[in-house]
Amino acid sequence: MTTARATAILLAKELRLEFRTRELLSATVVFALIVVVLFSFAFNPTAEESRQYGPGLLWIAFLFAGSLMLHPSFGREHANDTLDALRMAPVSSFAIVLGKMLANFIFLAVVEAILVPVFGVLYNISLAGIVARLAIVLALGTMGLVITGTVFSAISAHARMRELLLPLLLLPILAPLLIAAVEATVGLFADQPQLDRTWLAFLAGFDIVFFTASWILSDFLIEE
Amino acid sequence: MKVRIALALFLAAYVICAGYAALFVAPDESTMHEVQRIFYMHVPVWIAMYIAISVAFVANVAWLRTHQIKWDWLGVSAVEVTVVCCTIGLISGVLWGRPAWGIWWTWDARLTSTFILWMLYVAYLLLRGLIEDPQRKATLSAVFGIFASLDAPIVYFSNRLFRTQHPSPVFFGGPDSGIAPEMARVFLLCMVVISCIAILILVDRYRLERLRFEYEELRQEVESRSLDSQFASGKDKS
Repeated sequence: MTTARATAILLAKELRLEFRTRELLSATVVFALIVVVLFSFAFNPTAEESRQYGPGLLWIAFLFAGSLMLHPSFGREHANDTLDALRMAPVSSFAIVLGKMLANFIFLAVVEAILVPVFGVLYNISLAGIVARLAIVLALGTMGLVITGTVFSAISAHARMRELLLPLLLLPILAPLLIAAVEATVGLFADQPQLDRTWLAFLAGFDIVFFTASWILSDFLIEE
Repeated sequence: MKVRIALALFLAAYVICAGYAALFVAPDESTMHEVQRIFYMHVPVWIAMYIAISVAFVANVAWLRTHQIKWDWLGVSAVEVTVVCCTIGLISGVLWGRPAWGIWWTWDARLTSTFILWMLYVAYLLLRGLIEDPQRKATLSAVFGIFASLDAPIVYFSNRLFRTQHPSPVFFGGPDSGIAPEMARVFLLCMVVISCIAILILVDRYRLERLRFEYEELRQEVESRSLDSQFASGKDKS
């Protein structure tokens, strides 16, 4: 079986599993919403301040939501002892990891699609003219988050205290991603919205480096 | 063992010489005066840390390629030395920052990125503590170690782009950087001695890890033997 076909099958499996209950998605949306609302108590969300702190707050919400949401990706397989079944299947380890990455990307994209409009309303930020450009930044940032997050989910699934361990491993690695994504979003929220190409290139570079690393190291993540 | 003790004594004498040189021989710095002398300890500690990080990276890759347990011992030893050097470096930097800059800490590119580096390698050690199976522990922590070392330059680069008003480094920082020759000699002495200490600790830590492994193997063998004898005596009774 080719990797592409195996990945498609595994992706379909992940999506079917999640959309049967939607428990992960609904919990993550609510969690991200709570973070966004709580931040409104930490500073006064006038239009001026929202533009200043808004991008940071939005990305912190996504990072926290992601670091909680990515845990079940492999944690669920581990809890149900289904990882052995996946190992026995005639698919490459990379297909397993890639299928999960794509599924997580879709889940987080759904969360973001719900959260960003709500955020715009609550913090008085007009999203009308910047939707497409914001989508690019969100897509690149989310890619970096799910690539590293899925790999670390596979690592932490074998450890004790795995729910706590995943954010511990993930958040420091994502520090450069947070800087780049926030800076790119700040440019979009400005009076004269513009897309900073340096930060976009940086985000793309981050994604490529860690995607390549996960591709090379995927065998070790799945091995017995 | 005798060699080890002799080496330690030799290094101890060397440390005293280097400390004396750094405190009394090296010339006074024109703007920072005595405070600057922490530099003879601070910078070599970072150099020792970079040595340890490189060793850790090589050991992680070697473990994944060969699956020889000695590489895992080397990996964890190097990461522990990295964390210790990083902690000393950060603390001595903070102590220097207060009199020299007037503030303990600033979110400058170097400081921020080394702080994140410290967090990454502490996370590596935490991760190792939470996985039981030795083989799996070695493999998963090696993967994380490689991710962490890939991240380190990216962190530094992002911070440099992000906060451009950082002070330029003293070494390799451009045409205006560099130090007086007298200082350079003392600095070189301190650099060699601190790197040697780091390597000595690394080697000792490696030996400790090997002993732990051997102890664990022996313990398991004794347990399995005593189980066997219990099983045998149980059979006799029935």
